[in-house]
Amino acid sequence: MAVIRDVMPAFELAQPNSISDAQKLLEQQGENGWVLAGGMDSFDWLKDRIKKPKVVVDLSGIAELKGVRATPDGIEIGTMTTLTEVIQHPVIREKYKLLAESAELVASPQIRNQGTIGGNVSQDARCWYYRAGWPCYRAGGNLCYADTPEGRNREHAILHADRCVAVNPSDSAPALIALDAKFVIRTSKNERVVDAEDYFIGPDIDITRLHILRPGDLLTAIRVPSTWAGAQFYFEKVRDRNVWDFPLLNVASAMVVSSGSIERIRIAVNGAAARPLRLKVVEDAVRGKPPNATTGEMAGKLAVQSAVPLQFNAYKIPLMRNLVKRAIGGVEEATWTPYNGQ
Amino acid sequence: MDPVQWAIDPWGKIVPIHIAWFLIWVAVIAGLLFIVVHAIYVRYFAKPKQFAPDAVPVVPAQIPEHVPRHSLTARAFHWIMAVAMFTLLFTAFLPKVVVQFDWVTYHWIAGAVLTLSIMFHIVHASFFMDFWSIWPDRIDLRDARRRTLRFMGKPAPPPERFAKYALENKLYHTAIIAAGLSAIVTGVFMMFRVRTIFFPRNPYLFSDMTWGMMYVLHGLAGVGLIALIMMHVYFGLRPEKREITKSMIFGWMDRDFYLKEHDPARWPVEASAPPVRSREAQTEGLTDAG
Repeated sequence: MAVIRDVMPAFELAQPNSISDAQKLLEQQGENGWVLAGGMDSFDWLKDRIKKPKVVVDLSGIAELKGVRATPDGIEIGTMTTLTEVIQHPVIREKYKLLAESAELVASPQIRNQGTIGGNVSQDARCWYYRAGWPCYRAGGNLCYADTPEGRNREHAILHADRCVAVNPSDSAPALIALDAKFVIRTSKNERVVDAEDYFIGPDIDITRLHILRPGDLLTAIRVPSTWAGAQFYFEKVRDRNVWDFPLLNVASAMVVSSGSIERIRIAVNGAAARPLRLKVVEDAVRGKPPNATTGEMAGKLAVQSAVPLQFNAYKIPLMRNLVKRAIGGVEEATWTPYNGQ
Repeated sequence: MDPVQWAIDPWGKIVPIHIAWFLIWVAVIAGLLFIVVHAIYVRYFAKPKQFAPDAVPVVPAQIPEHVPRHSLTARAFHWIMAVAMFTLLFTAFLPKVVVQFDWVTYHWIAGAVLTLSIMFHIVHASFFMDFWSIWPDRIDLRDARRRTLRFMGKPAPPPERFAKYALENKLYHTAIIAAGLSAIVTGVFMMFRVRTIFFPRNPYLFSDMTWGMMYVLHGLAGVGLIALIMMHVYFGLRPEKREITKSMIFGWMDRDFYLKEHDPARWPVEASAPPVRSREAQTEGLTDAG
């Protein structure tokens, strides 16, 4: 983390009260505009003076972006809904507990009170070389400082690294992928809906972004279909400090078991690559098999088959293998403490 | 509008990191401008080509109907290089301006193909082809001066017909060598920064400043190649150059075109009959004309 030098540099603050106004503002500003949701990621960038937008568009005044709404096919979560609201929402707790579990493991209560679901899935990489303002690939330069012989890369990628080895730090992202969520994006031309897994991109496609939003685009809602409502869920996050920290790795799965066999499953991990990874190969391999330790073991091995460790993160390979194993074979053993409402 | 993108390295030094991407558009616009201006000039202003008469008349029947110009090996090299070059340009610049895709792997593979084909070409051209035929010679320079004077309306004798390659071809080849070799040499070193099958990654091979200069040179060569390739494709499609383009496909050009544009003395071809004109006669012709 870079040293906070002084107060934030000056910028114009725009506080629109509708989605269309916000989108137009962002479109007008292009590269000079900055979307401010809960501010949990933004204020670090601004105080460190690494990012210096001319105009900050604060979305907190847009009522349309807040709250959880029932839809004919599930629920729609406004992207400015706080993580605490997501955790506490009765429908989410009843039918989509996976999302509540993942959201509750994000950072600390204070941060969850302020941080939003849209911000959590759209936050930037936490690689310290990048966050410190070094001219790395992700910052538009020509070197990855973490992927050097002396680079500190204990938290970095073991899969799909392409020049940059930073990972996506979101906890809710793999849960939303497992729930087959759709992300609603307002652009200057239209509104489009993309699958959760397609919202995220790796450095092979664009080394400077973790998601597909371009300047002028706005993530407005996340739709969770009822397809996986009430399924067997598993979420586990491994982090250095259990009080609050970004994930070293996390895993989320939604599974429907019928007659002792896995009928349907979606499983995703994060912290292993620059984007949360849906493990389609694993899903295909375990479908029709019993959700036991043997299947889990096979799935775990399959999940890490193409993993390439860096200097200091080889531990992530057995960690990911075991998380996947537990997500499939150890659902009953999950040590999840439900939210107690306080 | 700085053509170079700069950054501050971890030691506080200002270093270049790559070219500014607007240069892509500068190259495209420059290429298009050249094409438009040239097309207008040829359509409305150009006068018919005039060449100095042959000192010794050529007997067309002694020239084969299909004049061999490019061997199969040379043509194969050209088209392999073309595919590699287009792949390199598309993978380098499309993600910057149009569509994003996983380009790095395709880019270095195409770069490796281009590098190998260029190495082959250097050996092939040096030992199995007429090496000097592609380099400007004294007659080219003298004729260039004559053509320039005549273009400006000043009196000058007509130029000789071309050897195997016109001066324009030779200059283009030189420009491609400069841009291509710059891109290849820097590109080979840049492969030390990504994971390839050739050598282990070593980002510390050079200082930040040297690396930066290398990226800038690679970028400049790349955008230069955009304009050069645009011009090359344009000339390849022009009707009056069709015979030259055809020869790069089939290996030969028509006798009529050969006799119209090329000097059999400067570019002798294998004939069924005895040679049409001796080198000595040609030299005399030069003296007379000059």
